[in-house]
Amino acid sequence: MVELTAKTPCDGLLPLSIGEAQLTEVAAGVLTSLTPLGDAAALGAALEKAHGLGWPAPLRARGKEGARCIWFGRDTALLMGPAPDPALGRHAAVVDQSDAWAVVQLKGPGAVAVLARLVPVDLRDGTFKRGHTSRTQLYHMSASITKTGADSFMILVFRSMAATLVHDMKTAMEAVAARG
Amino acid sequence: MRIDCPLCGSRDMREFYYQGAAVALARPAPDAGEAAWDDYVHLRDNPAGQTRELWHHEAGCSAWLVVTRDTVSHEISKVALAADVKEAGA
Repeated sequence: MVELTAKTPCDGLLPLSIGEAQLTEVAAGVLTSLTPLGDAAALGAALEKAHGLGWPAPLRARGKEGARCIWFGRDTALLMGPAPDPALGRHAAVVDQSDAWAVVQLKGPGAVAVLARLVPVDLRDGTFKRGHTSRTQLYHMSASITKTGADSFMILVFRSMAATLVHDMKTAMEAVAARG
Repeated sequence: MRIDCPLCGSRDMREFYYQGAAVALARPAPDAGEAAWDDYVHLRDNPAGQTRELWHHEAGCSAWLVVTRDTVSHEISKVALAADVKEAGA
């Protein structure tokens, strides 16, 4: 048998620290998309019981590092961290997404300025607070962006776009740093 | 141009994909006959004024939206989830 070595999506590309922003890869654990089959409230109760996380309202994220449930589009949430409890299958379409997404964190006082160059949504403190999430574009990529701390953002793009993500982020980080 | 997505709020047009007139919500029965299907597939109004269109929030929440837009002023007067419109009409 050939011995295959697992690589993370941003293997060899990250971490990056430019100016006042740091870009690192996040080991997010198991990623699972949940789409309610019927009643979202029943799914929320099952989520609460199994993982201590409720069903997120649109544009909101629940939980913290290690176990999150983030809104991921209309009638969709992404469970990040724990392997999904089998009980969820009674209330939702449960689909493993673990290898489908590149997960990175952008952190630092310069993070908002970097994202302002790439994202058509206002991510400044006043409108986008901790626990807020959004599906939007990052440059030309479809992305999920979640505010995870005072100056930190978790960003997901399709795994196939990992190198493009790092390239675009690096360009924006350098441009922001060059302004001083 | 910005579209006020019922789920995501006001978003830039680049996040949306335009599909066309919102006739797809009133698909005729398979046996409705040639005239009904010809109308459904090919015939469109071309109003100078209010029109209802389907837009897909492709780079956002992935919802299909029914957007009521004025083709003269480009003013958007109403945005609703296509699922809600379909449900209300059924």
